[in-house]
Amino acid sequence: MSATTYGWLVLACPLVGSVGLGLGYRVWPGRAAGWIATLAIALSFLFSVLAFIKLLGAVPDHRQLTSTLWNYDVSAGVDAKLQILLDPLSVFMILVVSGVSTLIHLYSVSYMTLDRGYVRYFSYLNYFVFSMLLLVLAGNFVLLIVGWAFVGAASYLLISFWYRRTTATRAGIKAFVINVVGDVGLVIATFIVFQHVGSVQFLTVFHGVHQDFARNGAPIVIACLLLLVGAFAKSAQVPLHTWLPDAMEGPTPVSALIHAATMVTAGVYLIARMHVLFEWAPTAADVGAIGGCVTLLIAATIALVMTDIKRVIAYSTMSQIGYMIMGVCLGAYSAGLFHLMTHAFFKALLFMAAGSVIGAMAGNQSLDRMGGFRRALPFTFACFIIGGLALSGLPPFSGWLSKDDIIAFVDHRGGAFVILGIAAYAGALMTGVYTFRMIFRTFLGDPVPEAVELEHGHLHHAEVPTNPMTGEEEDTDVGFPGPGHFIAEREWPMKIAMSTLAVLAVVGGVLQIPGVDDAVTRFLAPTFADSKYSHTEVASAPAWVGLVIGALIAVAGISIAYRIWVARPGTSLRLRERFSNVYVFLSHKWYFDEIIDFLIVRPVLWTGRLVDTTGERGVIGGFTDATTGAVRATSAAVRRGQTGFLRYYAALMIVCLGGVALYFLISST
Amino acid sequence: MNIGWYLVVSAIVFCIGAGGVLVRRNPLVVLLCLELMLNGANLSLVAFARMWGNQSGQIFALIVMVVAACEVTVGLGLVVAIYRRRLPIDVDELNELKG
Repeated sequence: MSATTYGWLVLACPLVGSVGLGLGYRVWPGRAAGWIATLAIALSFLFSVLAFIKLLGAVPDHRQLTSTLWNYDVSAGVDAKLQILLDPLSVFMILVVSGVSTLIHLYSVSYMTLDRGYVRYFSYLNYFVFSMLLLVLAGNFVLLIVGWAFVGAASYLLISFWYRRTTATRAGIKAFVINVVGDVGLVIATFIVFQHVGSVQFLTVFHGVHQDFARNGAPIVIACLLLLVGAFAKSAQVPLHTWLPDAMEGPTPVSALIHAATMVTAGVYLIARMHVLFEWAPTAADVGAIGGCVTLLIAATIALVMTDIKRVIAYSTMSQIGYMIMGVCLGAYSAGLFHLMTHAFFKALLFMAAGSVIGAMAGNQSLDRMGGFRRALPFTFACFIIGGLALSGLPPFSGWLSKDDIIAFVDHRGGAFVILGIAAYAGALMTGVYTFRMIFRTFLGDPVPEAVELEHGHLHHAEVPTNPMTGEEEDTDVGFPGPGHFIAEREWPMKIAMSTLAVLAVVGGVLQIPGVDDAVTRFLAPTFADSKYSHTEVASAPAWVGLVIGALIAVAGISIAYRIWVARPGTSLRLRERFSNVYVFLSHKWYFDEIIDFLIVRPVLWTGRLVDTTGERGVIGGFTDATTGAVRATSAAVRRGQTGFLRYYAALMIVCLGGVALYFLISST
Repeated sequence: MNIGWYLVVSAIVFCIGAGGVLVRRNPLVVLLCLELMLNGANLSLVAFARMWGNQSGQIFALIVMVVAACEVTVGLGLVVAIYRRRLPIDVDELNELKG
């Protein structure tokens, strides 16, 4: 079979899984749905690997394959087709997406057991994977938009999975609305591109950009900025990021899959895919890079003070994606995508480990309530440490090689970009601090009652299930989390998923070591062959200098965290009191929610109310009231003639007919 | 004989009928008066037919009679129905269609 056939099969497996699970949601017993879903994604991964092998078998120049199943419309002049593009970039993405998704499905098989929405959950999860694969395999803008909107919808469904929790449904709506802002940006950008190039197919557009657009002219810059709106909304970059922390209301595996490993990296993919456009509009690319850099700093500072374990990881995700966005905007495509891959490994691992801790806490997510879990959860502790070290960028973990790959490239661009590089190092320092703050507070210190209980072999169960955000009492029926809590120590599927990711988080970096190997760059080269940065390589000496600096900064960050939260307990409280203004500012997340509320939400609501009172009730209501009034008055007048007296009608008829007869008589003479 | 006489008689009969329809309240009498109106018209049709020596007017009069018979059938049916429901047999009382 050809590589493109495998590409279609990659898409077909999760689609069939999702539809099959959804249609038979009453039929599947026990964990069957989970295994079916996992199998569907595993098959998808298998086909991705086969496509990858096929692609490797071709000469590098012939590694961009398109395949069309259906031509939607040629009559209107839009060459929109049901078409996939299989090139190294998309194959790289489907490998990462389907691979990590398989493991997260495996994890969910255990984690979601006893939830009353088990089958629905896996149907949604498969639907999400299908959408994400469609997004990365799309061969034209139209299909890209379809996938783009699908993942937004899947994200909404999964965030609001526990739909009787008000906090969850609100978070889902927020995520969906902000994602739609991004969708609109993407659609308008597509329109601008189509207007100038006259095509929506990627390859045609990429070939036509240089003739049809003036370099760095207004149209291309606007188009790229709109693409950035799409990318920023999907990848939770400032200022369109506020949905991501709230999205942690979803089940933990969902956070691992959507809000860490796959969907939020769609923005990075989009920029890498559109690199031809962005290189032709350097202004927009620089804006994107600065946005990424700002995000990585802001998110890191907020992560320092968050007390919800999942929100800490969510902000670290934002921060890491900031690195990727900065990288791909500045031309470090393979480095950015390499970091995307390693980040998917260690961040999914961290979320899974956090899920295990939350299981041990019977659903509670607050760091303030946690502590001393290292003996009760040894396996989770090990995974958390590995993920944390990879995230902080300590050698030899994968995050060290990939993150510093990006920073080295940014510094290599020179000039003002060095400022971004320095900011990235500052972010890296904070990464070490907040990651190990979380680890130390969760696993070290005196064991909390839940941990003691677990050490004696009993998993804590809450007497009355409550919403961890609001403390409201809940039940365990459908629409709320199920009664079961699960930890990796006792569930082998969770253990397998986490240990696989742990191994990948450790060794994933060997694909790309400066001076030794550059497998990712070599594999992705055909996609980025037309890039002006394709021959820009950081020499191995400065790259190693960067790596050493990165490692030192990671060590510094971890030791700061150690000093504050382990060596001298109470330091954090003193710091908080000393810098209470900063603390309040950070714990309110830089007041982004409030600012957006003030600048956008309230004006929109106010406008809505204004339109409701004046426009709707005044103008439109007045118009309809006038119309109905006129009709009513006329009919009342006419009705007065309808007396119901037969003789009156007869008289009227005689008089009228007599009048007609008279008229003819008079007119004839 | 001059056609005028026929027409005068026809007009008188028609007007008696019309006046009856307007002033009487018993539906039976109203139907009778309707017949008078139709026959007044018939008389003028027959008179004109004779004047022109053309038979179609007479045929037309026959058709009017047929229609009148049908109309009376329906009308009498209504009267019987009203009677059976013990409603007042008075066209002024039957004003259900008032708007």
